[in-house]
Amino acid sequence: MAQSQGYYVPHGSNWPIVGAIGLFLLMLGLSTAFNGVGVGPAVAWIGAIVVIVMIVGWFATVIRESEGGVYNQQVDRSFRMGMTWFIISEVMFFAAFFGALFYARQMAVPWLGGESNNFFTNLLLYPGYENAWPTNGPKAIGGEYQVMAALGLPAINTAILLTSGVTITIAHHALKDNNRKVLSWGLFATFFLGFLFVGLQAYEYIHAYQEMNLKLSTGIYGSTFFMLTGFHGLHVTLGATMLVVIWARCLKGHFTPTHHFGFEAVAWYWHFVDVVWLGLYIFVYWL
Amino acid sequence: MSNSKLGRLAGMTTAMFLLTAISPLAHAAWEVNMPRGVTAISQEVYGLHMLIFIICCVIAFVVFGAMFYSILRHRKSLGAQPASFSHSTKAEILWTIVPCLILIGMAVPAADTLIRMEDTRGSDLSIKATGYQWKWGYEYIDEGFGFFSSLHPDHNVARQLGSGIDPASVDNYLREVDNPLVVPVGAKVRLLLTASDVIHAWWVPDFGGKKDAIPGFVNEFWFKPEETGIFRGQCAELCGRDHGFMPIVVKVVTQDEYEAWRTEQMASVSVQPAVITSETPAMAMEVSSDPAAAPAAVPEWSLETAMASGESLYNANCGACHQINGKGMPPTFPAIAGSPVATGDVEAHIEMAMNGKPGTAMAGFGPQLSDAQLAAIVTYQRNAFGNETGELVSPDQIAAHR
Amino acid sequence: MSSITATQDQHDDHHPTGLKRWLTTTNHKDIGTLYLVFSLIMFLFGGSMALVIRAELFQPGLQLVDPGFFNQMTTMHALIMVFGAIMPAFVGLANWMVPLMVGAPDMALPRLNNWSFWILPMAFTLLGMTLLFPGGAPAAGWTMYPPLVLQTGDAFPFLIFAVHLMGISSVLGAINIIVTIMNMRAPGMGLLKMPLFVWTWLITAYLLILVMPVLAGAVTMLLTDKYFGTSFFLAAGGGDPVMFQHIFWFFGHPEVYIMILPAFGVVSQIIPTFSRKPLFGYDSMVYATASIAFLSFIVWAHHMFTVGMPLAGQLFFMFSTMLIAVPTGVKVFNWVATMWKGAMTFETPMLFALAFVFLFTIGGFSGLMLAIAPADMQYHDTYFVVAHFHYVLVPGAAFAIMAAVYYWLPKWTGHMYNEKLGKLHFWLSAISVNVTFFPQHFVGLAGMPRRIPDYATQFADFNAISSVGAFVFGFSQLLFTYIIWSCARGGQKATDQVWEGADGLEWTVPSPAPHHTFDTPPVIK
Ligand code: HEA
Ligand code: HEA
Ligand code: HEC
Ligand code: CUA
Ligand SMILES: [Cu+2]
Repeated sequence: MAQSQGYYVPHGSNWPIVGAIGLFLLMLGLSTAFNGVGVGPAVAWIGAIVVIVMIVGWFATVIRESEGGVYNQQVDRSFRMGMTWFIISEVMFFAAFFGALFYARQMAVPWLGGESNNFFTNLLLYPGYENAWPTNGPKAIGGEYQVMAALGLPAINTAILLTSGVTITIAHHALKDNNRKVLSWGLFATFFLGFLFVGLQAYEYIHAYQEMNLKLSTGIYGSTFFMLTGFHGLHVTLGATMLVVIWARCLKGHFTPTHHFGFEAVAWYWHFVDVVWLGLYIFVYWL
Repeated sequence: MSNSKLGRLAGMTTAMFLLTAISPLAHAAWEVNMPRGVTAISQEVYGLHMLIFIICCVIAFVVFGAMFYSILRHRKSLGAQPASFSHSTKAEILWTIVPCLILIGMAVPAADTLIRMEDTRGSDLSIKATGYQWKWGYEYIDEGFGFFSSLHPDHNVARQLGSGIDPASVDNYLREVDNPLVVPVGAKVRLLLTASDVIHAWWVPDFGGKKDAIPGFVNEFWFKPEETGIFRGQCAELCGRDHGFMPIVVKVVTQDEYEAWRTEQMASVSVQPAVITSETPAMAMEVSSDPAAAPAAVPEWSLETAMASGESLYNANCGACHQINGKGMPPTFPAIAGSPVATGDVEAHIEMAMNGKPGTAMAGFGPQLSDAQLAAIVTYQRNAFGNETGELVSPDQIAAHR
Repeated sequence: MSSITATQDQHDDHHPTGLKRWLTTTNHKDIGTLYLVFSLIMFLFGGSMALVIRAELFQPGLQLVDPGFFNQMTTMHALIMVFGAIMPAFVGLANWMVPLMVGAPDMALPRLNNWSFWILPMAFTLLGMTLLFPGGAPAAGWTMYPPLVLQTGDAFPFLIFAVHLMGISSVLGAINIIVTIMNMRAPGMGLLKMPLFVWTWLITAYLLILVMPVLAGAVTMLLTDKYFGTSFFLAAGGGDPVMFQHIFWFFGHPEVYIMILPAFGVVSQIIPTFSRKPLFGYDSMVYATASIAFLSFIVWAHHMFTVGMPLAGQLFFMFSTMLIAVPTGVKVFNWVATMWKGAMTFETPMLFALAFVFLFTIGGFSGLMLAIAPADMQYHDTYFVVAHFHYVLVPGAAFAIMAAVYYWLPKWTGHMYNEKLGKLHFWLSAISVNVTFFPQHFVGLAGMPRRIPDYATQFADFNAISSVGAFVFGFSQLLFTYIIWSCARGGQKATDQVWEGADGLEWTVPSPAPHHTFDTPPVIK
């Protein structure tokens, strides 16, 4: 494919402002919805749709330009760096919630149990409460609950995600070897496993809510459990959706063995989601 | 602008700057420095503060001296030719190491004081202090009595927006309470700090520091006053609308005076230790310290007596939010006048007053007030501000609701 | 860096004009201008709120506003100044200058650049509209501590989502700056040849990417605590209100360096120019910046000495905080050494830069005093802290921005600004800023807490002085606005180099800088 010599600088684009307005409507809608205003959800939906339209339109433009050969290697490098730093920012987003988990387990709960300089906290406010994990706190917010076991579904889910990490690597090698058939099957397997994971996760949530009385509102254990797994689940959904897009592009014959940033970006993202899960599995389910 | 003019201007500014800095020292009334305070710790802290301040001044003198020297001498208008050097490893190492040494010199005494500050062992008296929006509740846990301490009513009137009262005409404006904390001189007093709603902070500068009062946790803070006197401070953590009106007054008295005061306090308490009572002077009624055990103690419960005591109790406890005139500040603080709750089902009204509404500023007053007090307030709310339900709520109704 | 030339999909004559140009532009100069204009507007709004605060505090007694409204002003003032004025101003400067300084045709990701900007007005519309709500704007301080912030009324979700949007905007902007610097430098522009403004921004961008998402996480937990019954900040459920403070300040402390590192960069450009002498200790400047950035991650709990941390924690955070004085000192000494034996002239940018060095250092010293944990038990949450951070933020960050504007305005507009008025603006600002904030040290030490609408009478005199200073300072900024406006309209033609001692790629392009620069990259020897 012919590659342009210069650094491609687009001249004006409508998508960003559309995206900004979409985000505004989305946030405005959500805010008013939280305040119980009737039109809130509708506004939020409109905003979400505008954002989706923006994403589709924006990416379509980029894909067209990429396939049209206007990007040189330097542009490719910009994209790579951009994606890398975006993923790092996502890592930090999760770090906040992991931080909350560690803080609760190592500091807050022991203190409520009277450790360190909190002897009187325990004595005056929560006599008899002992430091233990998991917990829904000295006032047992949310009532009796059961703890999510590490074996069973979560273990299966771990296996699923790890396998999907392998399948996407197979697909990547296939792409480099120009083996399109293995490529598309590898991708298909990956997002299939991704959606399977989300499905099982949803099943687990329903089970937790209906049978275990384990909820978002089950004290700090429920809060950290659902916050971490929930945001992770959202990221898996997003990643799997991106995989579908990449898969469709592969079927259309996009990407070459040497030139396939779109594929790699999604693969990195997928690995990131994978690694976060490992952290989750260890610290939320297991230890 | 010519350079001589510039120099003059610079000189003038410096002079003005120094003037603002120094002139206050001439007027003794203008406080410009941290108080030395009346505890060993507060004096140590003052010493540290001055030490670091002077070190900074010396460094500033050297650094700014060099800077102003080159500004005055190495200027193009004086025909200066620029040198071309751009580094000097020796100088750079020197000015990395020297600050490190200075910092160590500061860190050692600072750590020393800090360690002493955190040593809470061996206290003579423990008081639990609870922050509320916007008052302090004190509980002498070993003696078994307690009380609330809020902004003095006169000050509360003067501080209203557009009250027309000149703050200068009110002694100790905003730094006066109805019931001060009383402690004996020379005793190591341990405060056990917590809060019921949001974070507050207990601060009396003369005692050398402050500590946050955090809902759901108990922090320890101690002081050992070495002089008698009245010491003033205020809440030091933003706690909502009336954060600025949450003073702290501590009376440090001799051991004998303290004993007398303590006996008096304990006498006004019936049984049941370790529970807070409200001893607001405005209060007409005798109340028991135990909210749950009160009803029998109140004779002759009538609409008139309930309304009379209800008014002062309402003004002291609810007025900050719902306003003395009952109009509230909608939508954050709803009006009591015409409120569907205060004119509707009495049980819902009692429930609101006793247990509040989680997630809003409306705290539950059940644990703070006695049955009689709550009954009076609720009666007052149901019959004042044009709420004409004519209903009299009895302490028994409150008791039944507990 | 392979040799590059820029290609455009359209030609210059197809420029959209009018509003559409600004809505859809992908040009770094246009976007830089947008950021700068936006931040100036926000500065005036945020400043007006500061004037409401100062007007109420002019005398003891409540004269003008309800205490609840006062708290809204404090909160909104800080949020607008921090996220709407100072940060976007620096991003605007980066947009304009980084490509010019590294010899790049534009920012690396031009469309993303436009998006980063336009998210900001959306965020501030969301935040600003809460002022009109019956329950008013957020009033729990810019630090948003729970449980107080959870008592916010209808404004609450608007606050949270506005913060989310600001975070998205900053992160995307930071990504763009990193990629531009790492990938778009002209051939021969090695990392240790980059101008210091570029260096400081590179490090700032790293900070942004590492901490803005943490803030997003923290406010998300506030949201779920309020609406979904989680217990992150509720002790009864095993959480801790103080946990929010830890997470917030893990963001918050690096955040204050985000607002000062680019200022260091600006000053490091200006002082050599007007001293006609190369910057002293370039390498150590770079290392010092990096050390400050690193240290900024391990000092956060110096904002929390009074929350009842265990002793070991207090000691650790005290020592680590004190350490920051060392690399910062290196910077100050290097600036002074740059002036030493130079041939200085004192045009407006230089005046602001010198005032920066002087007044920032004073703010740094008070910071160091605050770092002494036992003494901070007295200083904390008083006007001493307010004085500290306004010294580093107003004659610190804001003066650096003003210095940068005067310095580069001729390059942006092609005209010289009015030097007489510029000097007048400087002297008015420099004097009044001290009249405003210096007395706050005294009232703070004497015991006046911050965030209060009314105070005991012994604080009256200094508060009156401070309020007078604030009004003079505020109205001086209208002069600044006028100077910029008239310079954009016309004036004496600027030369390409503009300043006699100026050195660097940005001075090799014409004034005003044409819409596209460095389509063919320059070669740096
Ligand atoms: C641009 C913003 C900025 C900058 C650069 C700084 C710089 C510093 N800050 Fe400041 N700070 C704030 C913005 C900033 N701060 C804000 C906004 C708050 C309040 C937030 C809130 O609560 O709302 C705050 C609050 C704050 C506190 C909490 C106070 C409290 O609430 O109780 C502390 C405590 O340690 C602190 C310390 C420091 C220190 C040690 C530095 C150091 O980096 C300073 C280093 C510089 C120097 C020391 C001067 C130059 C050095 C030399 C000349 C070398 C020689 C010197 C020596 C060896 C002494 N700051
Ligand atoms: C980031 C930067 C920043 C900047 C630049 C400023 C600038 C100023 N700040 Fe502020 N400030 C903060 C950050 C900043 N501040 C923070 C973080 C807090 C803590 C908040 C908290 O406690 O939560 C704070 C808090 C704070 C307080 C304490 C409030 C309290 O505790 O209750 C005070 C009080 O004096 C104050 C004053 C000022 C003043 C007088 C200025 C002046 O420099 C402003 C000068 C500018 C102007 C006055 C604009 C001029 C405009 C006009 C003349 C009108 C024209 C208007 C239009 C066209 C719309 N600020
Ligand atoms: C710290 C502020 C504050 C104080 C003090 C306060 N309230 Fe309230 N009150 C509120 C708030 C906020 C609400 C609104 C709660 C909601 O969102 O429904 C409220 C609501 C009420 C209501 C319901 C009004 C309605 O129409 O919905 C009643 C009744 C009430 N309070 C009684 C009292 C009583 C009795 C006291 C004193 C003993 C008191 N309040 C003290 C803040 C306060
Ligand atoms: Cu209580 Cu501030
Ligand atoms: Cu800090």
